[in-house]
Amino acid sequence: MSNIPETGRTPRVTVRLVAIQILVFSLLLTLGGRLWYLQIRNGDEYTRKAANNHVQQVVHPAVRGSILDARGVPLADNETRLVVSASRTALMKEPDDGKAVLTRLAGVLKMKPDDVQDKVRLCDAKTPQPCWNGSPYQPIPITDEASPQQALQIREREEDFPGISAEPTAVRRYAAPAGSNAAQVLGYLSPVTDEQIKKAEKTKSPLLRSDQVGSNGLEHEYDSRLRGKAGVTRYEVDNLGRVIGQKESQKARPGDNVVTSIDSRVQAVAEKELAQAMKDARKVHDRNTGINYKADSGAVVVMEAKTGRVVAMASNPTYDPNAWVGGISGKDYKQLTGKNSNYPLLNRAIQGQAAPGSIFKVIPTTAAVNAGYDFDGRFPCTSSFSIGSQVFKNFESANYGSINLGRALEVSCDTVFYNLAYEQWKKDGGNKPRKKPADWFYKTAHQFGLGKETGIDLPNEVTGRVPDRQWKKDYWKANKDGWCKSAKKDGDYGQRLSYENCLEGMKMRAGDSVNFSIGQGDTLVTPIQMATIYSAISNGGTLYDPSIGKAIISPDGKKVTKIKPTPHGKLPMNAATRDKIDSALAGVATRGTAAWRFGGWPQDKIPMHAKTGTAEVYGKQTTSWFATYTKDYSVIMTISQGGTGSGASGPAVRKIYNALYGIGGKGGIDKKKALLPEPQADLPKIESDGSIEAQPLGKQFAVTANDRRRGAQR
Amino acid sequence: MSASTRDYSVRRFTPERGTWSKLTARDSLVRRLDWVLLVCALALSAIGAALVYSATRNRTELNQGDPYYFLVRHALNTGIGLLLAIGTIWLGHRTLRGAVPILYGLSVVLVLAVLTPLGSTVNGAHAWIQVGGGFSLQPSEFAKITIILGMAILLATRVDAGDRVHPDHRTVVQSLGLAALPIAIVLLMPDLGSVMVMAVIVLAVLLASGASNRWVAGLILTAVTGAVLIWQLGVLDQYQIDRFAAFANPALDPAGVGYNTNQARIAIGSGGLTGKGLFHGTQTTGQFVPEQQTDFVFTVAGEELGFLGAGLIIVLLGIVLWRACRIARDTSELYGTVVAAGIIAWFAFQAFENIGMTLGIMPVAGLPLPFVSYGGSSMFAVWIAVGLLQSIRVQRPVSA
Repeated sequence: MSNIPETGRTPRVTVRLVAIQILVFSLLLTLGGRLWYLQIRNGDEYTRKAANNHVQQVVHPAVRGSILDARGVPLADNETRLVVSASRTALMKEPDDGKAVLTRLAGVLKMKPDDVQDKVRLCDAKTPQPCWNGSPYQPIPITDEASPQQALQIREREEDFPGISAEPTAVRRYAAPAGSNAAQVLGYLSPVTDEQIKKAEKTKSPLLRSDQVGSNGLEHEYDSRLRGKAGVTRYEVDNLGRVIGQKESQKARPGDNVVTSIDSRVQAVAEKELAQAMKDARKVHDRNTGINYKADSGAVVVMEAKTGRVVAMASNPTYDPNAWVGGISGKDYKQLTGKNSNYPLLNRAIQGQAAPGSIFKVIPTTAAVNAGYDFDGRFPCTSSFSIGSQVFKNFESANYGSINLGRALEVSCDTVFYNLAYEQWKKDGGNKPRKKPADWFYKTAHQFGLGKETGIDLPNEVTGRVPDRQWKKDYWKANKDGWCKSAKKDGDYGQRLSYENCLEGMKMRAGDSVNFSIGQGDTLVTPIQMATIYSAISNGGTLYDPSIGKAIISPDGKKVTKIKPTPHGKLPMNAATRDKIDSALAGVATRGTAAWRFGGWPQDKIPMHAKTGTAEVYGKQTTSWFATYTKDYSVIMTISQGGTGSGASGPAVRKIYNALYGIGGKGGIDKKKALLPEPQADLPKIESDGSIEAQPLGKQFAVTANDRRRGAQR
Repeated sequence: MSASTRDYSVRRFTPERGTWSKLTARDSLVRRLDWVLLVCALALSAIGAALVYSATRNRTELNQGDPYYFLVRHALNTGIGLLLAIGTIWLGHRTLRGAVPILYGLSVVLVLAVLTPLGSTVNGAHAWIQVGGGFSLQPSEFAKITIILGMAILLATRVDAGDRVHPDHRTVVQSLGLAALPIAIVLLMPDLGSVMVMAVIVLAVLLASGASNRWVAGLILTAVTGAVLIWQLGVLDQYQIDRFAAFANPALDPAGVGYNTNQARIAIGSGGLTGKGLFHGTQTTGQFVPEQQTDFVFTVAGEELGFLGAGLIIVLLGIVLWRACRIARDTSELYGTVVAAGIIAWFAFQAFENIGMTLGIMPVAGLPLPFVSYGGSSMFAVWIAVGLLQSIRVQRPVSA
């Protein structure tokens, strides 16, 4: 007997049951297929979407490392300020989106309610600044200048200020130790740009929207080391943005400290003396222009001769780098970058280029020796030199008869070098140059490192210019259209010049070579290039990359990465020539053009070497150059439109040396007063708790905060 | 032996057997139950309990601070549902047959009561009666059963009696009229999801009854015309139109109308093959999917249990439907076949619509997933339906 009953169904019903069954299972299959499509095929896409949905991150910024001077004194560090910030998430939970809270807060902080309101709104295409362009889950700073009383008021009445916090927060500070400013060397911080975020995306240290990055100076150069790594806590949030869990938390890693070779005290002296020299120069009447010297800008570099390390680097005009902290105001920004600002952001020690004038002469001297002339030979030092109708004057010098190259350096005799350059020019074929001209003077300038960056650890260094044959060709190509357009054979000076340039601007003319031999014409150098060269002469011929960073030390002081001086070349001279040039430059300081500025100098104990330069600039007053060195230091100073080399820059350079070595008014050496008779060799010690053992600045540098401000504004 | 030899009551009332042996004997009631169907239905409710718990344990605004609030109630509902199923089996679908007119009348009255001030609105549908104690009743769920039973009696009685081969036009008209009354009332609520399910039930019942092709075709035509008319005449509320628009184009207004479907799809899609683990779904924990313990419960499975877990639910539903199809096929009575077919259509369409809307292939309609979703009325109704299926199997006429 079968258990399966016989059914009384008609085939119609049976068929329809089968149809229903098929329909039912195709529906289920459809569901299964769709499920597969969503979860397996497109699962990754939805996983990403789900992650975006529910994870929000809050950034804990890393404390930026300090920039220390050679003795451990902080040039840039962080100070704790009371920062009042608002949490948008908390405010949005208020019935009026936190309006009442912010109005109350404005009352406590003595700010306008609208200003406070504006600070917490989120930036978008339609919202003008001020607005918040960070994560809405990040506390938004309202002010970093809250007083302890205000902070206390906010904290004590928590119920009145939901979502408002008043926390001590690390804020960048440029401490200006000893009254030094070093603005252009240090650089500044500015909010990160979209471009920078994109660029850093795939590097080891990606940038966050809320990050501040070093712009300019050391802050820029060592940014990745100073910045450290921000900590991030990822929160899971629900559909209303409420935090429901903490996913992962990465602690912030504070940035490394950068120890520099800058000595804040020497830096302060250098800045002060540069400013004073410029001030004094403005009192001097310029016979050529009939008005006082403008002394519009200047720079001074103090370099360790044996390493290329920079002990002080000042650029004038300057500014207070603290202006950038917490976001620069529109007014300040205009003052720093506007047309009438004279561009205080420029570091003229590495970005200011000018014709070097006579401090260039060590180069043609070397070139002459290398070209086969005898250093001790006899060369006519006439009062002027003529090529055809062109007369080249002996600017700083007079008729000294026949002299050797050393004496020519001492008395800065232009005509000696004119002669040599003209001879060489003729040897190279003159107006119809040989196929491979020797170009001794240009070649030597290149060998001295001119026409390219020195490689200092600062951004945006400029190259200067060696106006050699190649440059002439390139320059002519770039400008011939303009020249030929405005050319007029019988026009005014400019038109005639254009005419000449249009016709033969691509050619190395005799006048070009002659001008170049005394660092005039189209020659351009930067103070840092000249410091590198004079340091090399001092140290026996090694050209070092100038450097400011000396070591990078981890926040706990345990990991020290020394930055060793790296040479980039040798001066093209043998020891004998170097010694002869060396003694000639000592002669400049004792009996030559700089002698009057080194009266009473203890030359027997600290041999001083110097070279003065007064460079002509078409349409402007002369540039003052002063290049000096001892066995340990070289000091280069320049003042644009400042007058003569020794006249304008001499006293300042002398005072810098006085401070370095502790030289008194009558030439006596007071070792106690000497700031840095020998370069600082040891690195400052950083304790494991991050504290730095800085050596005291000394009494004479005990300045008040007010002085500091004034100092920075000069 | 002929099919006409029928003895309905032989085994149930064999007097000399004790209760235990009655239950365990080879041909006993318990042995003859479809255990596969029962176990799968129970498994679905158990999975449902886990999903409901996961979706509600953090919803303090719903669970009154008790994370187990919904879990306990879901278990309670399942228990009551199981008792209702056992009761249905005990009574037998044939015994119940006599009570169908009363049950039908009762369900129509309850559905009508929703339209009176007794009724309350949940999510735009005026479909509930608050019973008190936090419980509410959704009469349309029970109306689904009484429509099936009522139509089955009208359509099958004369065929089973051997008077006719197929239901005649008069009985078809009568049965349609019987279904039309509660459907019309539910449409007024408006509970469009239930109306759709009921329409599909009516269609399946007619099909299984062997009514002429013209009736089936006519009914489909009427349903389509009705749908167009409903759309055109503005019977629909804005929220229903919005839901449909969001289905047609999910990218439309992702924060508003399309939010549900969008978040549901993200939840399911992000589950991948094995899911994020029970209670570890970020979409679920973050409460990104609305109505997640009821209409969108499948998203919890999709996110936390992945393709395997969500697929298991579909497979279990498939097994339930497969067993139901066997029951429909194996009974010799047209009445049983028609009832089973109605239940199959109900479960299948409601499951397809419910899961389909979470997957974005069906418009959003407020329908629970049978066995799995939280909700008393739905749970009771589906378990009564399971009881009916079991009873049809147990009480099928056997040839002696």
